[in-house]
Amino acid sequence: MNAPAKPNDYTAYPDAAGRFGRFGGRYMPETLMPLVHDLEAAYAAAKADEGFQAQLDGLLRQYAGRPSPLYFAERLSERFGARVYLKREELNHTGSHKINNCLGQILLAMRMGKTRIIAETGAGQHGVATATVCARFGLQCVIYMGAVDVERQKPNVFRMNLLGAEVRPVHAGSATLKDAMNEALRDWVTNVHDTYYLIGSAAGPHPYPVMVRDFQKVIGEEVREQCLAAEGRLPDAVVACVGGGSNAIGLFYPFLNDDVRIFGVEAAGEGVDTNRHAAAINGGRPGVLHGNMTYLLQDAEGQITEAHSISAGLDYPGIGPEHAFLHEAGRAKYLTATDDEALAAFQLLAELEGILPAIESSHALARLPEVCAEVGKDGIVVVNLSGRGDKDVATVAAHLGRQI
Amino acid sequence: MSRERIEARFAALKAEGRSAFVAYVMAGDPDPATSREIVKGLPAAGADLIELGFPFSDPVAEGPPIQKAAQRALAAGMTLRGVFELAADFRRGDQDTPLILMGYLNLIVSMGFSAFARAAAEAGIDGVIVVDCPPEEADPLADALDAAGLALIFLATPTTDDKRLPVVVNRASGFIYYVSVAGVTGVKEADESAVAPNVARIQAASGLPVAVGFGIRTPERAAAIARIADAAVVGSALVDEVAEGLAMNESVTTRVLSKAETLSKAVRFARVGAAV
Repeated sequence: MNAPAKPNDYTAYPDAAGRFGRFGGRYMPETLMPLVHDLEAAYAAAKADEGFQAQLDGLLRQYAGRPSPLYFAERLSERFGARVYLKREELNHTGSHKINNCLGQILLAMRMGKTRIIAETGAGQHGVATATVCARFGLQCVIYMGAVDVERQKPNVFRMNLLGAEVRPVHAGSATLKDAMNEALRDWVTNVHDTYYLIGSAAGPHPYPVMVRDFQKVIGEEVREQCLAAEGRLPDAVVACVGGGSNAIGLFYPFLNDDVRIFGVEAAGEGVDTNRHAAAINGGRPGVLHGNMTYLLQDAEGQITEAHSISAGLDYPGIGPEHAFLHEAGRAKYLTATDDEALAAFQLLAELEGILPAIESSHALARLPEVCAEVGKDGIVVVNLSGRGDKDVATVAAHLGRQI
Repeated sequence: MSRERIEARFAALKAEGRSAFVAYVMAGDPDPATSREIVKGLPAAGADLIELGFPFSDPVAEGPPIQKAAQRALAAGMTLRGVFELAADFRRGDQDTPLILMGYLNLIVSMGFSAFARAAAEAGIDGVIVVDCPPEEADPLADALDAAGLALIFLATPTTDDKRLPVVVNRASGFIYYVSVAGVTGVKEADESAVAPNVARIQAASGLPVAVGFGIRTPERAAAIARIADAAVVGSALVDEVAEGLAMNESVTTRVLSKAETLSKAVRFARVGAAV
């Protein structure tokens, strides 16, 4: 409603009320509002504390293995006719970009004196990253995961158990990421005194979207430096898959005020024109869920509808509020990729580059033909390879009709 | 007109020297027709105010009983329009019992604040509680409800400290709903000794009656809360009767109304013989 069509500074959001234009905000039950305000204050203090930043930087280097490489994908480049680079977030400790945010938030939780950590997870990547940092710092950890996702991501469930986390399957609703988030919120409202809710997406009530973006923007900052070093200039386009959108906003944010084209890729499931997809921007409309106003999959009345994607990590009916804002402001373009297109991209990257991408990241790869065509032969495209695909091997085999 | 109905009811109860019994049921649970019958029967069963839940797919503040009630209502085809029809039908037969809608914001956003407020007023609804709309986000809704004469009832909780309380009561009208436990509906039990000082604190800050809910399941708990607050709200225990009635193949309406009667008697006579 109040969003300026073309802001001078795209990085100046959110405002003090946690708004990115008309999106975002703090739509939480009253019991949690004081906690949300406490978190905002604690995060502001941590952000201003050099010691906090130094400790986080040390962990990102020594524990997570940052910086992650920016890899020139020669054969992909040949195939699609542009200079294609992959930001290798899948090489981070725990196998995805999720560790960046978890390290930041676990340090914050400890500063706040919290002793019990809860989180939601879809594909299990955020759950594994949360369980990992809880093990590292000796904190109790409970992960909520949709029962359907527990089934399709068994290796990650066992991984979390090995790391000492309790995984609680959620049977309500569609038994996927949205329902896991509902249940985590119910836990938080019940255990306000000792519990920290470690949200993995750039979603939820303010300050989560800005905090998660800040902890993930290291991705784009590194890409900037690495691309300048390799090519002497910034990329022409950056591409990332978008569920809640944490890997995407981490890549996009440092380029928002540059002449760089920005593409998010939503999961189209069986097609945006069917009712089995997870494309909140391309197939939804604005509403309020899980603490923020954003684009949501919903019926005519406003009941949230079930998302569908082959990828558990993108199987969510909403999207982070900053993406909703960038979409309406026209700064970023949100494309879609179907289950089948993601599967094909998964196989293509394995065959051409010897890398198994997460099925989530495969959605971003699936739009390379169009993005490369836009930037041309000498154009530079950076794709965020947000996670590794080992966890998806069984899913891919099943879709290919193969026994393993 | 509507806000006045709430004020008149609390004033009358104050004159009687007793607390209100507030019955929460989910509109459309287990189906629209039965639900209509239940709501119509509640005043005779002793409900002084009625809270009518409107079902939402993702009720994050609810425990399993009310989650399931919402699922039953949605499965039976309940819509917001259906909730308004139910309310209007109730209002034709009862001009005195305040009717409060309780639910989540997205359906209201989807309908539009003004359209929602007008439709609610036309249906004879008197106030609205929106669980996921804290004062920080409430202005557009509060403006629309003000224009339609409806009360916006805010929640206060054990985490609402003295610093925050003025924010919560700022645009509140009708009454304040005190959530007596940190948690979801229908799980923990309210302890009146912990609740009493908070009720007094909120009464003083708001100048409004304070209703207490979220942890009251039995006549004993209802009576204990009725002694220290302006109203005791029971939801999950009534909604459980719907589930039980369905499971046992008994009349859901009879079960809910008989439970409401037991609870309302406990509230009605809570202060008899007690120093007020």
